[in-house]
Amino acid sequence: MKKVSFFKRPGTWVLLALMVGVFLLTQSIGVALVFLLVFGIPLYFMEDLPAYATTADKVGKYIFLLICSLIFIFLITPILIIIPLSFNAEPYFTFTEGMLSFDPSAYSFRWYQDIFKFGMLEPEGVTNWWSDMWENATWVNAARNSFFIAIVSTIIATFFGTLAALGLSRPEMPYRSAITSLLISPMIVPLVITATGMFFFYSQKDIFPFYPDGLAKTYLGIILAHATLGIPFVIITVTATLSGFDRSLIRASQGLGASGTTTFFKVIMPLILPGMISGALFAFITSLDEVVAVIFLADVDQRTIPRQMFSGIREQISPTILAVATILVVISIGLLSALELLRRRSERLRGLAPQ
Amino acid sequence: MSDSTSPILTADGTPLKTKLAQTTRRLRFKALLLTLPLVVFIIITFVLPIGQMLYRSVHNPTGINVTPNFAEAIQEWDGQGLPDDKYVELFVKDLAIAKKNREIGKTVGNLATRINYEIPGSRSLFTSTARKAKNIKEGPYLDALIKINKKWENPAVWLSLQRASKEYTASFYLAALDRKYDEKGNVVRADELYQIYIPILMKTLWLSAVITLLCFLLAYPVSYLLSTLPMKTSNLLMILVLLPFWTSLLVRTTAWIAMLQTEGIVNDFLVFLGVIGDDGRIQMIYNMTGTIIAMVHILLPFMILPLYSVMKTIPPTYMRAAKSMGASTTYAFTKVYFPQTIPGIAAGTLLVFILAIGYYITPALVGGNDGLLISNLIADHIKSTLNWSLGAALGTILLVVVLVFYWVYNKLVGVDNLKFG
Repeated sequence: MKKVSFFKRPGTWVLLALMVGVFLLTQSIGVALVFLLVFGIPLYFMEDLPAYATTADKVGKYIFLLICSLIFIFLITPILIIIPLSFNAEPYFTFTEGMLSFDPSAYSFRWYQDIFKFGMLEPEGVTNWWSDMWENATWVNAARNSFFIAIVSTIIATFFGTLAALGLSRPEMPYRSAITSLLISPMIVPLVITATGMFFFYSQKDIFPFYPDGLAKTYLGIILAHATLGIPFVIITVTATLSGFDRSLIRASQGLGASGTTTFFKVIMPLILPGMISGALFAFITSLDEVVAVIFLADVDQRTIPRQMFSGIREQISPTILAVATILVVISIGLLSALELLRRRSERLRGLAPQ
Repeated sequence: MSDSTSPILTADGTPLKTKLAQTTRRLRFKALLLTLPLVVFIIITFVLPIGQMLYRSVHNPTGINVTPNFAEAIQEWDGQGLPDDKYVELFVKDLAIAKKNREIGKTVGNLATRINYEIPGSRSLFTSTARKAKNIKEGPYLDALIKINKKWENPAVWLSLQRASKEYTASFYLAALDRKYDEKGNVVRADELYQIYIPILMKTLWLSAVITLLCFLLAYPVSYLLSTLPMKTSNLLMILVLLPFWTSLLVRTTAWIAMLQTEGIVNDFLVFLGVIGDDGRIQMIYNMTGTIIAMVHILLPFMILPLYSVMKTIPPTYMRAAKSMGASTTYAFTKVYFPQTIPGIAAGTLLVFILAIGYYITPALVGGNDGLLISNLIADHIKSTLNWSLGAALGTILLVVVLVFYWVYNKLVGVDNLKFG
């Protein structure tokens, strides 16, 4: 089959003619460009259909691609749109006239500065600005809490989760499906129920060692809650990695005289490490994003970023939230890329093992 | 060897069968030992708390805490008419003592609140009577109470007190199922006006079904496209699915507020296009529409990923074979392709439905009043109205519903088949 160039297809000319029509009708180059993009992208991706394809087939294919691209637009637009909005110079949640005409004065960093200044004792002060910011700025405190809780709970979840996944993927594991269902259930049970139960449980006095007043309103309570919520993700990813694991490698290592510990650290660990890390990333992002347990268990001292966003949206919505959201989107892009690299590495490692 | 009558022995003389059983047992024990720490951890941080919630939904010893002597005695009362004066005497004396109690859970106010759930408007009856209780020195006590407040003539109050004096109660489940006790102590439907929980539960199920259906309709074509494109293009497009999946829930909800509010981007765009006038902006958020749109967006990846992983395993040759044998595209699709995607559909729809039933954050932020779900009511009872037992009872009902669907998921899909990306 010869690939027909995009510009030589009859559909392209129809589209361009329609675009001119739209432009004449609305008198706006913006609308015409949106029209071109929305209807042109599916056209571009229409691969050459076989010669026996009828016009109905072609139209059907085009409509299918159009629907798909609209769904992709639905998926991605809300996330991308907040990025330019966070640079708004005005306290609005929408594009101003100036922003649409690319007037530089309509854009500013003021909401990013606000992240650091909000809650500071002397936002314009000269002395001790940094320590004031570190100690008192509301969002900075929330970020410190978020990262502290996320890191500790990720370590707990990854350690216990990996250990359990190692047991679960052994062929001789008894009651496998019952135990797996139990360990996955924190992901399935609605967060409100889990949080309610934890609220009752952790509020009890005089039953927790070192914490006579109960674990509610303490860091430990939230860390335990977040570790519990992250565990299913670690189990799922590590078990998935182990399912492609060639068990004869263990026997080979033992046959060559390696002890159990050596086998684990030299053979098993390097192979399941990508799965472990991606499980840990899942647990980390779960904790970083979790807000229901924090609402139920945390005090003002333990406010996290999502908790702060939650009250921000409810009480006084300002573009500072969009600035924080943009930073979070950048973080998720980073984590997603890390995960993709790990997946490739894992596939490469598994490619070495005989299937 | 096989027809030999003596058992095969290992080097140390034990029969091979025993030895094998020993080794298997040891291996099973080792595997179990590896999962043990996590199982213990989950039991402490997850199962026990949920058990605590179940316990709270039936355990409410307010009556015993506030009026202990009365609570013990009243159990003997047959519930006919008004109680004898010996019970009322104990009640008055207990109330006079309780008036001085400040400990949380043991004050007259707690008992008043408890009875108030069953008989709305009876709160002041208790607080005002408690103030005067110590002045009642001699019987008949019931007449003295009636002199303070006419409502003590009502047998329903005494029946309610008798029920509140038990350590375990089903009252909160009745309330959660929109039932109540009538004057004679029978279980009846609550008045039309007070029926809130069953309608909300039904609305939650119905809304979750709508969201699941919309997710399915949007996910199916996209997953099909992703599974048929060459690897390089599909990996690129997969980012458009995975990025929302990885982005914070709060970020996505905020984004939808920016998109959908009356001064928001969608409305601005529609006004700009001239579809609607500037005064005809559509209210798309803080109502049910907002909840549906935002939740479909948030849950869509949970449908796309299982569908995609099933569709990727279907060889494209099947469709071509069907067509070459004369099937039309529609026929080949419905008879050949679609049946093979059913495992993915089952996995995706069940997962999305289970997650949608328990959603709290998004409805709380963009749901307004008519977009609220059962989770929001539970959180409300725990956080603001402080009717913890009712919150726990509602939570238990929701938990049962979710566990039923989880069980179905486990039977149909298998929990070990859950994967991300």
